[in-house]
Amino acid sequence: MTVIQGVHIDEQLIPILEKVSDPEIPVLSILEMGVVRSAQLDKNHVYVKITPTYSGCPAMDVIGDDINRALKKAGYTSEVELVLSPAWTTDWITPKGRAALENYGIAAPLNPEADKAVLLEGKRLVSCPQCSSKNTRMVSQFGSTACKAQFQCDDCLEPFDYFKCLK
Amino acid sequence: MMKEELYEYILGVADNSLILGQRLGELCGHGPSLETDIACTNISLDLFGQTRSYFQYAAKLIGNDATEDTVAFLRTEREYRNVLLVEQPNTDFAYTIARQFLFDVFHFLFLDQLKNSNDLNLSAIANKAIKEVSYHQRFSTDWIKRLGDGTPESAQRIQAAIDDLWRYTDELFHTSNIDDKIIEAGIGVNLSELKDPYYSRVIQVLEESKLVTPESKWFQKGGKAGVHTEHMGYILSDMQYMQRTFPNMTW
Repeated sequence: MTVIQGVHIDEQLIPILEKVSDPEIPVLSILEMGVVRSAQLDKNHVYVKITPTYSGCPAMDVIGDDINRALKKAGYTSEVELVLSPAWTTDWITPKGRAALENYGIAAPLNPEADKAVLLEGKRLVSCPQCSSKNTRMVSQFGSTACKAQFQCDDCLEPFDYFKCLK
Repeated sequence: MMKEELYEYILGVADNSLILGQRLGELCGHGPSLETDIACTNISLDLFGQTRSYFQYAAKLIGNDATEDTVAFLRTEREYRNVLLVEQPNTDFAYTIARQFLFDVFHFLFLDQLKNSNDLNLSAIANKAIKEVSYHQRFSTDWIKRLGDGTPESAQRIQAAIDDLWRYTDELFHTSNIDDKIIEAGIGVNLSELKDPYYSRVIQVLEESKLVTPESKWFQKGGKAGVHTEHMGYILSDMQYMQRTFPNMTW
Protein backbone atom coordinates (compact mmCIF):
# COMPACT_ATOMS: atom_id res chain seq x y z
CA MET A 1 0.00 0.00 0.00
CA THR A 2 1.27 3.40 -0.94
CA VAL A 3 0.02 6.80 0.03
CA ILE A 4 -0.33 9.22 -2.87
CA GLN A 5 -1.55 12.76 -3.30
CA GLY A 6 -3.00 14.27 -6.47
CA VAL A 7 -3.53 12.53 -9.78
CA HIS A 8 -1.09 12.00 -12.58
CA ILE A 9 -2.03 10.22 -15.76
CA ASP A 10 0.24 10.28 -18.80
CA GLU A 11 -1.65 11.80 -21.69
CA GLN A 12 -1.02 9.01 -24.18
CA LEU A 13 -2.61 6.50 -21.76
CA ILE A 14 -5.89 8.38 -21.46
CA PRO A 15 -7.49 7.02 -24.68
CA ILE A 16 -6.75 3.47 -23.49
CA LEU A 17 -7.90 3.91 -19.91
CA GLU A 18 -11.07 5.77 -20.76
CA LYS A 19 -12.25 2.65 -22.57
CA VAL A 20 -12.08 0.61 -19.37
CA SER A 21 -15.44 0.80 -17.66
CA ASP A 22 -16.68 0.21 -14.15
CA PRO A 23 -18.08 -3.36 -14.27
CA GLU A 24 -21.02 -2.37 -12.04
CA ILE A 25 -21.85 0.71 -14.12
CA PRO A 26 -20.74 -0.11 -17.68
CA VAL A 27 -21.53 3.36 -19.06
CA LEU A 28 -18.97 4.94 -16.79
CA SER A 29 -15.24 4.83 -17.50
CA ILE A 30 -12.86 4.36 -14.60
CA LEU A 31 -11.38 7.79 -15.38
CA GLU A 32 -14.78 9.49 -15.05
CA MET A 33 -15.28 7.57 -11.83
CA GLY A 34 -12.04 8.98 -10.38
CA VAL A 35 -10.77 5.51 -9.55
CA VAL A 36 -7.43 5.86 -11.40
CA ARG A 37 -5.06 7.97 -9.31
CA SER A 38 -1.99 7.65 -11.48
CA ALA A 39 -0.81 5.95 -14.66
CA GLN A 40 2.77 6.47 -15.64
CA LEU A 41 4.73 5.20 -18.56
CA ASP A 42 8.31 4.06 -18.08
CA LYS A 43 9.66 2.92 -21.47
CA ASN A 44 7.08 0.29 -22.38
CA HIS A 45 5.88 -0.44 -18.88
CA VAL A 46 2.89 1.24 -17.25
CA TYR A 47 2.47 1.67 -13.49
CA VAL A 48 -1.14 2.20 -12.57
CA LYS A 49 -2.53 3.12 -9.17
CA ILE A 50 -6.22 2.69 -8.49
CA THR A 51 -8.26 3.35 -5.38
CA PRO A 52 -11.45 1.57 -4.32
CA THR A 53 -14.74 3.44 -4.03
CA TYR A 54 -15.66 1.34 -0.98
CA SER A 55 -13.23 -0.93 0.95
CA GLY A 56 -15.21 -4.03 0.10
CA CYS A 57 -15.87 -3.12 -3.53
CA PRO A 58 -15.76 -6.47 -5.36
CA ALA A 59 -15.20 -4.66 -8.67
CA MET A 60 -11.60 -3.69 -7.88
CA ASP A 61 -10.05 -7.03 -8.87
CA VAL A 62 -11.99 -6.95 -12.13
CA ILE A 63 -10.98 -3.35 -12.82
CA GLY A 64 -7.33 -4.26 -12.23
CA ASP A 65 -7.57 -7.17 -14.68
CA ASP A 66 -9.38 -5.03 -17.25
CA ILE A 67 -6.69 -2.33 -17.08
CA ASN A 68 -3.92 -4.89 -17.58
CA ARG A 69 -5.80 -6.40 -20.51
CA ALA A 70 -6.44 -3.03 -22.18
CA LEU A 71 -2.81 -1.98 -21.82
CA LYS A 72 -1.55 -5.32 -23.10
CA LYS A 73 -3.76 -4.94 -26.17
CA ALA A 74 -2.19 -1.53 -26.75
CA GLY A 75 1.27 -3.10 -26.59
CA TYR A 76 2.31 -2.22 -23.06
CA THR A 77 3.30 -4.29 -20.08
CA SER A 78 1.73 -3.10 -16.85
CA GLU A 79 1.20 -3.48 -13.15
CA VAL A 80 -1.72 -2.24 -11.10
CA GLU A 81 -1.45 -1.29 -7.45
CA LEU A 82 -4.31 -0.63 -5.05
CA VAL A 83 -3.87 2.52 -2.95
CA LEU A 84 -6.09 3.61 -0.07
CA SER A 85 -4.99 7.16 0.58
CA PRO A 86 -6.25 9.71 -0.09
CA ALA A 87 -9.60 7.97 0.27
CA TRP A 88 -11.94 8.08 -2.71
CA THR A 89 -14.74 10.62 -2.60
CA THR A 90 -17.77 11.11 -4.84
CA ASP A 91 -16.32 14.58 -5.59
CA TRP A 92 -13.89 12.80 -7.92
CA ILE A 93 -16.66 11.70 -10.25
CA THR A 94 -16.26 14.06 -13.22
CA PRO A 95 -19.16 16.17 -14.61
CA LYS A 96 -19.19 13.85 -17.63
CA GLY A 97 -19.35 10.90 -15.23
CA ARG A 98 -22.29 12.42 -13.34
CA ALA A 99 -24.14 12.91 -16.63
CA ALA A 100 -23.41 9.29 -17.61
CA LEU A 101 -24.80 8.09 -14.28
CA GLU A 102 -28.03 10.05 -14.76
CA ASN A 103 -28.42 8.76 -18.33
CA TYR A 104 -27.97 5.24 -17.07
CA GLY A 105 -30.75 5.71 -14.51
CA ILE A 106 -28.67 6.32 -11.39
CA ALA A 107 -29.16 9.64 -9.58
CA ALA A 108 -25.81 11.38 -9.02
CA PRO A 109 -24.71 12.24 -5.45
CA LEU A 110 -25.93 15.47 -3.84
CA ASN A 111 -23.79 17.57 -1.48
CA PRO A 112 -23.24 16.12 2.04
CA GLU A 113 -25.94 18.21 3.75
CA ALA A 114 -28.61 17.37 1.18
CA ASP A 115 -27.46 13.74 1.24
CA LYS A 116 -28.05 13.58 4.99
CA ALA A 117 -31.44 15.27 4.60
CA VAL A 118 -32.69 12.75 2.03
CA LEU A 119 -31.30 9.68 3.78
CA LEU A 120 -32.18 10.56 7.36
CA GLU A 121 -34.95 13.12 7.34
CA GLY A 122 -36.96 11.88 4.38
CA LYS A 123 -36.51 15.15 2.44
CA ARG A 124 -37.42 15.07 -1.26
CA LEU A 125 -34.37 16.51 -3.00
CA VAL A 126 -33.12 13.80 -5.33
CA SER A 127 -34.21 14.24 -8.95
CA CYS A 128 -35.65 11.15 -10.58
CA PRO A 129 -33.29 10.14 -13.42
CA GLN A 130 -36.32 9.09 -15.50
CA CYS A 131 -38.68 12.09 -15.22
CA SER A 132 -36.59 14.69 -13.31
CA SER A 133 -39.28 15.09 -10.63
CA LYS A 134 -38.04 15.75 -7.11
CA ASN A 135 -41.09 14.03 -5.68
CA THR A 136 -38.89 11.09 -4.71
CA ARG A 137 -38.37 9.18 -1.50
CA MET A 138 -35.85 6.80 -0.03
CA VAL A 139 -36.89 3.16 0.12
CA SER A 140 -33.67 1.81 1.62
CA GLN A 141 -30.37 3.39 2.71
CA PHE A 142 -28.54 0.54 1.04
CA GLY A 143 -29.20 -0.44 -2.56
CA SER A 144 -27.94 -2.90 -5.15
CA THR A 145 -24.33 -2.09 -4.23
CA ALA A 146 -22.73 -0.57 -1.13
CA CYS A 147 -22.34 2.81 -2.86
CA LYS A 148 -26.02 3.26 -3.66
CA ALA A 149 -29.34 3.76 -1.86
CA GLN A 150 -32.70 2.63 -3.20
CA PHE A 151 -35.23 5.35 -4.13
CA GLN A 152 -38.63 5.60 -5.70
CA CYS A 153 -40.21 8.41 -7.72
CA ASP A 154 -43.76 9.15 -6.59
CA ASP A 155 -44.62 10.86 -9.88
CA CYS A 156 -43.53 8.37 -12.54
CA LEU A 157 -43.44 5.58 -9.91
CA GLU A 158 -40.11 4.22 -11.19
CA PRO A 159 -37.70 2.82 -8.59
CA PHE A 160 -34.11 3.96 -9.05
CA ASP A 161 -30.67 3.96 -7.42
CA TYR A 162 -29.16 7.04 -5.83
CA PHE A 163 -25.36 7.20 -5.64
CA LYS A 164 -24.67 8.12 -2.02
CA CYS A 165 -22.39 11.02 -1.24
CA LEU A 166 -19.04 9.83 0.12
CA LYS A 167 -16.80 12.60 1.34
CA MET B 1 8.42 -1.78 18.97
CA MET B 2 8.42 -5.16 17.34
CA LYS B 3 6.63 -6.03 14.15
CA GLU B 4 4.98 -8.93 15.97
CA GLU B 5 3.45 -6.51 18.45
CA LEU B 6 2.02 -4.32 15.73
CA TYR B 7 0.68 -7.48 14.07
CA GLU B 8 -1.10 -8.45 17.29
CA TYR B 9 -2.52 -4.96 17.62
CA ILE B 10 -3.88 -5.01 14.07
CA LEU B 11 -5.58 -8.36 14.74
CA GLY B 12 -7.30 -6.80 17.75
CA VAL B 13 -8.71 -4.14 15.47
CA ALA B 14 -9.45 -6.20 12.37
CA ASP B 15 -10.95 -9.28 14.04
CA ASN B 16 -13.88 -7.14 15.23
CA SER B 17 -14.71 -6.27 11.62
CA LEU B 18 -14.13 -9.83 10.42
CA ILE B 19 -16.38 -11.53 12.96
CA LEU B 20 -19.13 -8.91 12.83
CA GLY B 21 -18.98 -9.11 9.03
CA GLN B 22 -19.37 -12.87 9.25
CA ARG B 23 -22.37 -12.53 11.58
CA LEU B 24 -24.06 -10.05 9.24
CA GLY B 25 -23.25 -12.24 6.27
CA GLU B 26 -25.37 -14.99 7.85
CA LEU B 27 -28.37 -12.78 7.11
CA CYS B 28 -27.77 -12.95 3.35
CA GLY B 29 -31.12 -14.16 2.02
CA HIS B 30 -32.48 -14.36 5.57
CA GLY B 31 -33.04 -10.71 6.49
CA PRO B 32 -36.49 -9.76 7.80
CA SER B 33 -37.20 -7.71 4.66
CA LEU B 34 -35.44 -7.19 1.35
CA GLU B 35 -34.17 -3.73 2.35
CA THR B 36 -32.77 -4.79 5.72
CA ASP B 37 -31.29 -7.93 4.17
CA ILE B 38 -29.42 -5.82 1.60
CA ALA B 39 -28.38 -3.29 4.23
CA CYS B 40 -26.93 -5.91 6.58
CA THR B 41 -25.04 -7.65 3.80
CA ASN B 42 -23.74 -4.34 2.41
CA ILE B 43 -22.45 -3.46 5.86
CA SER B 44 -20.92 -6.93 6.03
CA LEU B 45 -19.17 -6.28 2.71
CA ASP B 46 -17.76 -2.97 3.96
CA LEU B 47 -16.47 -4.70 7.08
CA PHE B 48 -14.84 -7.50 5.06
CA GLY B 49 -13.25 -4.90 2.78
CA GLN B 50 -11.78 -3.13 5.78
CA THR B 51 -10.64 -6.45 7.22
CA ARG B 52 -8.84 -7.28 3.98
CA SER B 53 -6.93 -4.00 4.08
CA TYR B 54 -5.84 -4.65 7.68
CA PHE B 55 -4.93 -8.28 7.02
CA GLN B 56 -2.97 -7.53 3.85
CA TYR B 57 -0.89 -5.13 5.90
CA ALA B 58 -0.62 -7.56 8.84
CA ALA B 59 0.49 -10.38 6.54
CA LYS B 60 3.26 -8.20 5.12
CA LEU B 61 4.48 -7.43 8.63
CA ILE B 62 5.00 -11.02 9.66
CA GLY B 63 6.18 -12.35 6.28
CA ASN B 64 6.69 -16.16 6.29
CA ASP B 65 4.38 -16.57 3.27
CA ALA B 66 1.47 -15.21 5.29
CA THR B 67 -1.40 -13.84 3.24
CA GLU B 68 -4.67 -12.15 4.09
CA ASP B 69 -6.30 -15.58 3.77
CA THR B 70 -3.95 -17.37 6.17
CA VAL B 71 -4.46 -14.59 8.70
CA ALA B 72 -8.24 -14.77 8.30
CA PHE B 73 -8.75 -18.51 8.16
CA LEU B 74 -5.85 -20.39 9.71
CA ARG B 75 -6.00 -19.40 13.32
CA THR B 76 -7.53 -21.25 16.26
CA GLU B 77 -10.25 -19.82 18.43
CA ARG B 78 -7.87 -18.59 21.13
CA GLU B 79 -5.91 -16.63 18.54
CA TYR B 80 -8.82 -14.40 17.53
CA ARG B 81 -8.81 -11.11 19.38
CA ASN B 82 -12.29 -9.73 18.67
CA VAL B 83 -14.49 -8.43 21.47
CA LEU B 84 -17.31 -10.67 22.70
CA LEU B 85 -19.97 -8.23 21.50
CA VAL B 86 -19.44 -8.86 17.78
CA GLU B 87 -19.68 -12.65 18.05
CA GLN B 88 -23.14 -12.61 19.68
CA PRO B 89 -25.75 -14.33 17.49
CA ASN B 90 -28.49 -12.79 15.31
CA THR B 91 -31.13 -13.89 17.82
CA ASP B 92 -33.76 -11.67 16.22
CA PHE B 93 -33.67 -8.41 14.26
CA ALA B 94 -33.60 -6.42 17.51
CA TYR B 95 -30.41 -8.21 18.59
CA THR B 96 -28.83 -7.68 15.19
CA ILE B 97 -29.58 -3.95 15.37
CA ALA B 98 -28.61 -3.55 19.03
CA ARG B 99 -25.28 -5.32 18.43
CA GLN B 100 -24.68 -3.18 15.36
CA PHE B 101 -25.54 0.06 17.10
CA LEU B 102 -23.41 -0.68 20.18
CA PHE B 103 -20.48 -1.48 17.90
CA ASP B 104 -20.98 1.28 15.30
CA VAL B 105 -20.86 4.06 17.88
CA PHE B 106 -17.55 2.68 19.14
CA HIS B 107 -16.25 1.95 15.64
CA PHE B 108 -16.84 5.50 14.45
CA LEU B 109 -15.11 7.08 17.47
CA PHE B 110 -12.26 4.60 17.13
CA LEU B 111 -11.63 5.26 13.43
CA ASP B 112 -11.87 8.98 13.99
CA GLN B 113 -8.80 8.62 16.25
CA LEU B 114 -7.02 6.00 14.15
CA LYS B 115 -7.03 8.55 11.31
CA ASN B 116 -4.31 10.35 13.29
CA SER B 117 -2.13 7.25 13.72
CA ASN B 118 1.61 7.62 13.13
CA ASP B 119 1.35 4.52 10.99
CA LEU B 120 0.49 5.66 7.47
CA ASN B 121 -1.11 2.37 6.49
CA LEU B 122 -3.44 2.36 9.48
CA SER B 123 -4.37 6.00 9.04
CA ALA B 124 -5.11 5.38 5.34
CA ILE B 125 -7.40 2.46 6.19
CA ALA B 126 -9.13 4.53 8.89
CA ASN B 127 -9.68 7.48 6.57
CA LYS B 128 -11.31 5.18 4.09
CA ALA B 129 -13.32 3.10 6.54
CA ILE B 130 -14.79 5.95 8.55
CA LYS B 131 -16.78 7.15 5.55
CA GLU B 132 -18.43 3.74 5.33
CA VAL B 133 -18.95 3.43 9.06
CA SER B 134 -20.75 6.78 9.20
CA TYR B 135 -23.41 5.13 7.01
CA HIS B 136 -23.49 2.05 9.24
CA GLN B 137 -24.02 4.24 12.27
CA ARG B 138 -26.85 6.13 10.58
CA PHE B 139 -28.54 2.86 9.67
CA SER B 140 -28.35 1.27 13.11
CA THR B 141 -29.22 4.49 14.96
CA ASP B 142 -32.23 4.97 12.73
CA TRP B 143 -33.43 1.44 13.47
CA ILE B 144 -32.88 1.77 17.24
CA LYS B 145 -35.25 4.73 17.13
CA ARG B 146 -37.81 3.00 14.92
CA LEU B 147 -37.89 -0.09 17.10
CA GLY B 148 -37.70 1.75 20.43
CA ASP B 149 -40.35 4.26 19.50
CA GLY B 150 -42.38 1.78 17.43
CA THR B 151 -44.93 -0.79 18.58
CA PRO B 152 -45.05 -2.26 22.12
CA GLU B 153 -43.66 -5.49 20.62
CA SER B 154 -40.70 -3.81 18.89
CA ALA B 155 -39.94 -1.68 21.95
CA GLN B 156 -39.96 -4.69 24.23
CA ARG B 157 -37.68 -6.66 21.90
CA ILE B 158 -35.10 -3.93 21.35
CA GLN B 159 -35.04 -3.19 25.08
CA ALA B 160 -34.40 -6.88 25.79
CA ALA B 161 -31.56 -6.93 23.25
CA ILE B 162 -29.96 -3.77 24.67
CA ASP B 163 -30.28 -5.14 28.21
CA ASP B 164 -28.70 -8.43 27.18
CA LEU B 165 -25.83 -7.02 25.10
CA TRP B 166 -25.00 -4.18 27.50
CA ARG B 167 -22.66 -6.43 29.47
CA TYR B 168 -20.32 -6.64 26.48
CA THR B 169 -19.86 -2.88 25.98
CA ASP B 170 -17.17 -2.27 28.59
CA GLU B 171 -14.75 -4.65 26.87
CA LEU B 172 -14.60 -2.33 23.87
CA PHE B 173 -12.34 -0.10 25.97
CA HIS B 174 -9.99 -2.75 27.37
CA THR B 175 -6.37 -2.86 26.24
CA SER B 176 -3.67 -5.54 26.48
CA ASN B 177 -0.03 -4.85 27.36
CA ILE B 178 0.79 -4.98 23.68
CA ASP B 179 -1.99 -2.52 22.86
CA ASP B 180 -0.61 -0.13 25.47
CA LYS B 181 2.82 -0.19 23.84
CA ILE B 182 1.34 0.51 20.42
CA ILE B 183 -0.76 3.34 21.86
CA GLU B 184 2.32 4.80 23.51
CA ALA B 185 4.11 4.73 20.15
CA GLY B 186 1.38 6.98 18.72
CA ILE B 187 0.11 4.23 16.44
CA GLY B 188 -2.83 2.84 18.39
CA VAL B 189 -5.90 4.56 19.75
CA ASN B 190 -6.16 5.46 23.42
CA LEU B 191 -9.42 3.68 24.16
CA SER B 192 -9.94 5.10 27.64
CA GLU B 193 -10.54 8.51 26.05
CA LEU B 194 -13.38 7.10 23.95
CA LYS B 195 -15.37 5.74 26.86
CA ASP B 196 -17.18 8.94 27.91
CA PRO B 197 -18.12 10.08 24.40
CA TYR B 198 -19.26 6.51 23.67
CA TYR B 199 -21.66 6.17 26.59
CA SER B 200 -22.98 9.69 26.26
CA ARG B 201 -23.79 9.12 22.57
CA VAL B 202 -25.36 5.71 23.23
CA ILE B 203 -27.44 6.98 26.16
CA GLN B 204 -28.59 9.99 24.14
CA VAL B 205 -29.89 7.76 21.35
CA LEU B 206 -31.54 5.38 23.83
CA GLU B 207 -33.36 8.30 25.43
CA GLU B 208 -34.48 9.64 22.05
CA SER B 209 -35.75 6.14 21.32
CA LYS B 210 -37.73 5.98 24.59
CA LEU B 211 -35.53 3.14 25.80
CA VAL B 212 -34.09 2.63 29.26
CA THR B 213 -30.33 2.64 29.75
CA PRO B 214 -29.36 -0.55 31.64
CA GLU B 215 -28.11 0.10 35.15
CA SER B 216 -26.02 -3.04 35.53
CA LYS B 217 -22.37 -2.36 36.25
CA TRP B 218 -21.36 -5.96 35.75
CA PHE B 219 -19.51 -6.49 32.49
CA GLN B 220 -18.30 -9.54 30.63
CA LYS B 221 -14.87 -9.68 29.03
CA GLY B 222 -12.40 -12.11 27.49
CA GLY B 223 -12.53 -11.86 23.70
CA LYS B 224 -9.55 -9.57 23.46
CA ALA B 225 -7.49 -12.15 25.33
CA GLY B 226 -8.81 -14.94 23.10
CA VAL B 227 -11.29 -16.30 25.65
CA HIS B 228 -14.53 -16.30 23.69
CA THR B 229 -18.17 -17.11 24.32
CA GLU B 230 -19.58 -20.47 23.27
CA HIS B 231 -20.72 -18.94 19.95
CA MET B 232 -17.24 -18.38 18.58
CA GLY B 233 -16.45 -21.99 17.72
CA TYR B 234 -19.57 -22.26 15.59
CA ILE B 235 -18.70 -19.09 13.69
CA LEU B 236 -15.21 -20.37 12.97
CA SER B 237 -16.30 -23.84 11.92
CA ASP B 238 -18.57 -22.22 9.36
CA MET B 239 -16.07 -19.57 8.28
CA GLN B 240 -13.05 -21.88 8.09
CA TYR B 241 -14.81 -24.88 6.59
CA MET B 242 -13.45 -24.53 3.06
CA GLN B 243 -9.84 -23.94 4.15
CA ARG B 244 -9.95 -26.83 6.60
CA THR B 245 -11.49 -29.18 4.04
CA PHE B 246 -9.30 -28.14 1.12
CA PRO B 247 -6.09 -26.75 2.66
CA ASN B 248 -4.49 -23.93 0.63
CA MET B 249 -7.40 -23.74 -1.76
CA THR B 250 -7.74 -20.54 -3.76
CA TRP B 251 -10.66 -19.20 -5.76
